[in-house]
Amino acid sequence: MPGDLRDGRIVIVGASLAGLRAAETLREEGFIGSLTVVGDESCPPYDRPPLSKQVLLGKVPADTTGLPMRRDPDADWRLGVRATGLDPLGKRVMLADGESLPFDRLLIATGTRARPWPNPEEASLDGVFTLRTRDEAGGLAERLAAGPKRVLVIGAGFTGSEIASACRERGIEVTVAERGPAPLVGALGGTLSKLAAVMHRNHGVDLRCGVTVTTLRGDGNGRFTGADLSDGSRVDADVCVVALGAVRNVEWLAESGLAAGPRGVACDAGCRAFDMYGIVTDDVFVAGDVSRFPHPLFGYQMLSLEHWGNAVAQAEVAAHNMVSPGPLRRPHLAVPTFWSTQFGLNIKSVGVPTYSDHVVIAQGSLEARRLAVVYGFQGRVTAAVTVDMAKSLDYYKHLIETAAPFPPPPGSADRAIAADITIPSDVPDPSGLSHGPTVALTGHLPDRRLTVVQPPR
Amino acid sequence: MQIVVDLTRCQGYAQCVFLAPEVFELHGDEGLLYAPAAPDDQAERVRQAAAACPVQAILVGEEVSAGAR
Repeated sequence: MPGDLRDGRIVIVGASLAGLRAAETLREEGFIGSLTVVGDESCPPYDRPPLSKQVLLGKVPADTTGLPMRRDPDADWRLGVRATGLDPLGKRVMLADGESLPFDRLLIATGTRARPWPNPEEASLDGVFTLRTRDEAGGLAERLAAGPKRVLVIGAGFTGSEIASACRERGIEVTVAERGPAPLVGALGGTLSKLAAVMHRNHGVDLRCGVTVTTLRGDGNGRFTGADLSDGSRVDADVCVVALGAVRNVEWLAESGLAAGPRGVACDAGCRAFDMYGIVTDDVFVAGDVSRFPHPLFGYQMLSLEHWGNAVAQAEVAAHNMVSPGPLRRPHLAVPTFWSTQFGLNIKSVGVPTYSDHVVIAQGSLEARRLAVVYGFQGRVTAAVTVDMAKSLDYYKHLIETAAPFPPPPGSADRAIAADITIPSDVPDPSGLSHGPTVALTGHLPDRRLTVVQPPR
Repeated sequence: MQIVVDLTRCQGYAQCVFLAPEVFELHGDEGLLYAPAAPDDQAERVRQAAAACPVQAILVGEEVSAGAR
């Protein structure tokens, strides 16, 4: 039946977590039309978080992290072929093999890739890796298993820190080079970055902050041998992992007329893509790491999140909206949440820590390496990060969702003595860091230098 | 049989670690590591672990088959 949203042709570009969950949800919601999922990697959808943890520790092979299906989405899987273009008027997706796929509705879920080392010749040295895909993780794990003398990790964001942690656990010497003042400072601010630096050093990481890597060096045979740093020092290593953050896979949309750029594809709260004039489309949807979407809890700034949970939640909303008429559509309002395990600590975050001016240590302490840090912006709770206190996170999530006052009122029996002493959150300008942000506020930064709260009278 | 744990949801209750110790392990006090491809002889234990998870964070199922049309 024409006009029936449960029928027709849906194409999903991107065969990873968001693409798979969207495909399943479409069927769950009663979609009976044809469903095609395009992915540039040749393997079925797999899970990436284990790649920097179990896989690098040598506990599980890289090619075993396939994602279980919630239900068979009965889709035509076009794997190992890249989408190269989108014709929004003719409603077709062009593929690298020359074919083009017609669609009635399209979901863009092309995600990100690892930001490569800027010098291609140096990046191609044997022993230089990035970590995003199954193949990359497999290659790196193999090299770590061979017992390198030293690994150089460039960038101390979450991925870089997890790699360093895995290396140390395997007894491999590691140097971490980070342009910012401390590991994780771009994501978690000054207070927790101090703990991160202590964890690196206590586990034997040679942590070098405030430096950049200027040159990767090879021997005459194209093998990586070490790197020069901006402070004039030199690191001898046989493996280098470039962990500079992620690049959005948007190049294929360059001629599409969509609002696609380095920060991702802009969409509304219902996952509908904007075109480059800011006009919302009604047949092109976006989900996962490649999207940027407005969030009312964070000043309606456009968020772009590299979070597992966001890929799932946004894919579900996008799929629901693709088969639902206007009034039945839902907004994507999930509070951003992520986790990282490194150096034996479980770090979990809810909200947007960079959307903050101050923090308090609400439970525990840095010395105990077990604590909950609550972030506030202009007197309102906007985020919380727990270290080995995951059970407290839901409480803080509730404070964020209800715009609770900051500093937060007493809520736990083990409230820290200093729980009402606010500390500047000390979130640096992302441009001063080696690695890209995993949570990017792509409007203004919540910085008093940039936002006039009360104009002078 | 493939497993994925929603670690956004996981709070480290570790019921899975007791029920299927060959598949799930704690790393530190509450970080969870697991084998995404569970061996067949662990299937029953993995199902018990998924059922016992207080926050229902464990999904067990089949992956998209490589030859899917």
